[in-house]
Amino acid sequence: MPMVNIAGKDVEVDEEGYLIDLSQWNEDVAKHMAVEEKVDMTENHWEVINFLREYYDEYQIAPAVRVLTKAIGKKLGPEKGNNKYLYELFPYGPAKQACKIAGLPKPTGCI
Amino acid sequence: MAAPEFDIPEIKDDIEVPKLREGVMSHVKSFPAARPIQEFLGYPGELGDDWKERALGKMGDLLGKYRSLKVFLDACVHCGACTDKCHYYLGTSDPKNMPVARQELMRQVYRRYFTVAGKVFPGLVGAKELTRETLDAWYNYYYQCSECRRCSVFCPYGIDTAEITMAGREILNHVGIGQKYTNEILGKVIKIGNNLGLPGPALADTLEGLEEDMEADTGVPVKMPLDVKGAEVLLITPSADFFSEPHVESLIGYAKVFHAAGISWTLSSHASEAGNFGLFEANYEMMRKVAMRIRDAALELGVKRIVVGECGHAWRVAYSFWNTLTGIGYGGNDPFSIELQKQLDPSYPQPQHICELTNDLIKQGKIKVDPSANDDLVVTFHDSCNVARASRMGTEPGGQFDIPRELIRAVVNNFHDMADGTIREATFCCGGGGGLLTDDLMEVRVKGALPRATALNNVVKESQVNFLALICAICKAQFTKVLPKYGFDMSMVGGVHQLVSKAIKLD
Repeated sequence: MPMVNIAGKDVEVDEEGYLIDLSQWNEDVAKHMAVEEKVDMTENHWEVINFLREYYDEYQIAPAVRVLTKAIGKKLGPEKGNNKYLYELFPYGPAKQACKIAGLPKPTGCI
Repeated sequence: MAAPEFDIPEIKDDIEVPKLREGVMSHVKSFPAARPIQEFLGYPGELGDDWKERALGKMGDLLGKYRSLKVFLDACVHCGACTDKCHYYLGTSDPKNMPVARQELMRQVYRRYFTVAGKVFPGLVGAKELTRETLDAWYNYYYQCSECRRCSVFCPYGIDTAEITMAGREILNHVGIGQKYTNEILGKVIKIGNNLGLPGPALADTLEGLEEDMEADTGVPVKMPLDVKGAEVLLITPSADFFSEPHVESLIGYAKVFHAAGISWTLSSHASEAGNFGLFEANYEMMRKVAMRIRDAALELGVKRIVVGECGHAWRVAYSFWNTLTGIGYGGNDPFSIELQKQLDPSYPQPQHICELTNDLIKQGKIKVDPSANDDLVVTFHDSCNVARASRMGTEPGGQFDIPRELIRAVVNNFHDMADGTIREATFCCGGGGGLLTDDLMEVRVKGALPRATALNNVVKESQVNFLALICAICKAQFTKVLPKYGFDMSMVGGVHQLVSKAIKLD
């Protein structure tokens, strides 16, 4: 698998750029991946990323889109607690693109 | 995503047969599965020196086991009826995506090693050696077929091209070349219970959250029970229904139907997946292993009925294969099959499709609906390939086409079908079925959706259609992703039970 050097540290990623070893994640890695994804990280992006990581820590899976939108609605206001807003933040889709930046494995299945 | 750029085809007024462009899709190669995934599934971790012997050995094995495969390889007369029927050919213009040409990749090898004429006069009968180049072409092009079987409808001999694709993939796996997307998912469903890899506690948390949402929306405590012993119905649905939009809207719809009808039901954390990707690789043992989870859950929970949610290929496996995979058709005297057979209520179809269940309840007046709740929508329906061409619903021929439409018409006032020749048994694949629903095949998926997008565009223009109703998780994910490339809004894609959910009366 390819290695990427981020802020002086070698990080292993898969063919699609997802982290292989989740413990190698840090904010520099997230920023680097965001640039690759052409996502301009704002505070609201970080709220999503942080929630994904907390949820993953507890459940070993990314949250379902509904769980995520509800949590973001609570944090950033009800007008932002919807799928459309998440797509504005992560145009390729919150499930895959945000997971990648958060250092989580890619969700699989019919999604 | 770092997916390579490609041109998006232009939607024309009609579905046009493109001029041939040799080799334009030969660069497409889905990511291969890594060694640990391959080995977990019992395949070699990589291509070994003995690959050719293994490939031919496996081919001989399959030919001996499946008479159908031999017939399909022998029977083709190259009449060309299938050439312009494949959405991938229509969308990509690569002649190897003509079903006959895609099959020829295997047929030429079959002739060389398994027919007398091919062994003696290979040049005369178009027989060819199995080379590394051919093997690579199999990998390229057998993952540009969604096994949708549209071509088979038009074949005068009824050759099932999908079965040849499946055999090709099984041989590839057997020599150590598997596809990452499908094989990772098979690993997850076997280890964790669903294609997503959603563990039990996360599933319970997700369902709890949905119960809160439904109660907040409707004021009615609609439940999503999990692992409830003694429930009447076990609902088996794709794990995408728990995870994704718009899939989850249909899950909410099923829950409301059970609530309104007063039917006790449960989901299972052990069998939290309807999908069975074993079908896509034609590995019978794998398919059986995946199907067995559902039998185990049904026995454990003691349910009287098994109902399948909106998932196309799952319905094919359930309707057409469960009996011989895990039911009394398997082995004859298997004690668990016999026990399940006794346990299930014979007054209902087993398994039953959720559309048939809901439609029957509406017709019997057991649930009430108000179609005007969907008056903001003009709806059309896309027949999912595996439901349309590989299964049935209800008691009448064509029930798999008529029941979903009857149900939609009961819950919406504005419905328009797409053109003949693009629906019912001639439906086009969404472009993402059969193990192709992966980002690394995005070019194939987008181009393969062109015929469906064209037919959709026509009803959008003529009848102001603004909702594409679906009964398959793959179709939902595929269209949400690819229709925006053709200028459609992703919010026009959703499930049939999403419509039911809006129209159903809960009081």
